Amino acid sequence: MNMIVCCKQVLDPEAAPATFKLDAANNRMVQPPEVKPVINPYDEQAVEAALRIKDTDKAAHKITVITLGNNLLRDVVKKPLSMGADELILLEDAAFEGGDGFAVATALAAAIKKVGQFDLIFCGRQESEWDDGQVGSGIAEILGIPSVTVAKKVEVVGGKVKVERVTADGFQVLEASIPALITVSNELGEARYATLKGIMAASKKQPIVWKPADIGLDKVGAAARKTKVVKLFQPVKEGKCEIISDDDLKVAAAKLADKLREYKVI
Amino acid sequence: MADNKGILVVGEIADGKLAPITAEALGAGKHLAGELKEELSCILIGDKVGDVAKAAIAAGADKVYTTEDAALKDYENDAYMQVVEKAAKDLAPRIILMGQTSMGRDLAPRLAFRLGVSAVVDCLELSIDGATKLMHCTRPVYGGNAKATFTSEALLQIATVRQKAMSPLAPDAGRQGQVVAFPVTLDAAKIRAKVLETIKEEVAGVKLEDAAAVVAGGRGMGGPEPFTKELAELAKLLKGAVGASRPPCDNKWVPDTIQIGLTGKIIAPELYIAIGLSGSSQHMSGCSGSKCIVAINKDPEANIFKEARVGVVGDWKVILPAFTQKIKELIQ
Repeated sequence: MNMIVCCKQVLDPEAAPATFKLDAANNRMVQPPEVKPVINPYDEQAVEAALRIKDTDKAAHKITVITLGNNLLRDVVKKPLSMGADELILLEDAAFEGGDGFAVATALAAAIKKVGQFDLIFCGRQESEWDDGQVGSGIAEILGIPSVTVAKKVEVVGGKVKVERVTADGFQVLEASIPALITVSNELGEARYATLKGIMAASKKQPIVWKPADIGLDKVGAAARKTKVVKLFQPVKEGKCEIISDDDLKVAAAKLADKLREYKVI
Repeated sequence: MADNKGILVVGEIADGKLAPITAEALGAGKHLAGELKEELSCILIGDKVGDVAKAAIAAGADKVYTTEDAALKDYENDAYMQVVEKAAKDLAPRIILMGQTSMGRDLAPRLAFRLGVSAVVDCLELSIDGATKLMHCTRPVYGGNAKATFTSEALLQIATVRQKAMSPLAPDAGRQGQVVAFPVTLDAAKIRAKVLETIKEEVAGVKLEDAAAVVAGGRGMGGPEPFTKELAELAKLLKGAVGASRPPCDNKWVPDTIQIGLTGKIIAPELYIAIGLSGSSQHMSGCSGSKCIVAINKDPEANIFKEARVGVVGDWKVILPAFTQKIKELIQ
């Protein structure tokens, strides 16, 4: 089975809120250089979902990872290879920058068409920068294949893909025809760590790099947007927390309860 | 599409009633419709719509379209897409709104792409730009570390609204509105995914989304036990519910269904007691609408103290029993 996983290099979403700085001129947020970018955590779980299928028969399944961006750090974007993916394609060019969900899905779908063979496509449920969650559905729509989003379990059963899809109060079990696109949520469970052997193997692999012309697109990135950012801003937080203190924490705890009565919330 | 007019809310039915998120979307839609001086309509899709149509009118809809089919009992993308695609084309609204729910987050992007536009998801605020008549949509981005306002110049704009972010109108049973059947002949050949089973993981007691008081724990709880002991005891006392940030869910200490945050439940209780959780932006996205946030955390630098109204710095194992005891005394 040919599986494709779309991964994005993002600012570290786990870094402290104070590390996120506004770059108003470019309508984006930036982090200081000491905070290293990461693979979007949901995308790592998408790699994990594909690897769990590959684990069932290593020789029968191939995983190709596609990453879109610019100035991609090789040791970051190669992480899926070190986890066990087979190939890495980078859509890397300054022109790819500044796209919205529409622009990104259009470029990724064009790249997937160029790869040609695919049975299952995996994406993270959303990326941690714009938190848009539209790219997976968009790729599926462009390719004309079914999509199941927010998956916590993915299996191939009898030539179909069986997916547990997270809902507000539980989950749905769905079965879809193949080829299909699945977006993966954190409920899938933690992505595996890269092994030393995997890191060694990944360091020797050279990613394939495609430019917009290689995937037959004139308009990509900001030029292919459907939505416009009117403004990006950081809301000011008042941060006026009243800290109740006492040498005896138990007394502080009782004072806290008194405070809640004063506020009339209990 | 030059004549696109009006606002269409794609509604949801929960347990045979109008879903609260749909009332919220109708509340937001009413506002936009007022500014545009256009009609607000709602489409309800399911195996049986029944009286829910009346509830949608009471919640602000001028017109309710109903699409009923046994195959629409459970949400599935390919089937529902056939309905909303036809509605977008035949009814030609200027704006389509949905809730950012299990359905909306799946349906809105796919509908947008099919119609060649892009949706703006998980919005906190919607407004109409006076000059262009285009909708401006403001939503959290970068895990809640920033916000952005988006617009699109397409003649059809699609947005989903975050739960509890918009105010519903007070239901008015006397409101007049029209209920119109909107039959769609489903093409079974285009339905490529099938729902085999729907599993509800019910949590005992007060539902998290409805609770006036929520006691939430984070990584600092150290394991599953405090959630069923100390936190549950306090929640019970306050007639509230227990919640969690993401780490306890990822560690399988608690069920995923009690996760509060960007990708979990969005809640806005009167009282939110956050214990042993750092208050990441992603978590705060799910609870920042709370009226009073109380923090108990041993790290004075934890972000939760930037969000809370009041708090104590220290070990919850020492603080919580004394706090719970004092609350017990106060409310008895």
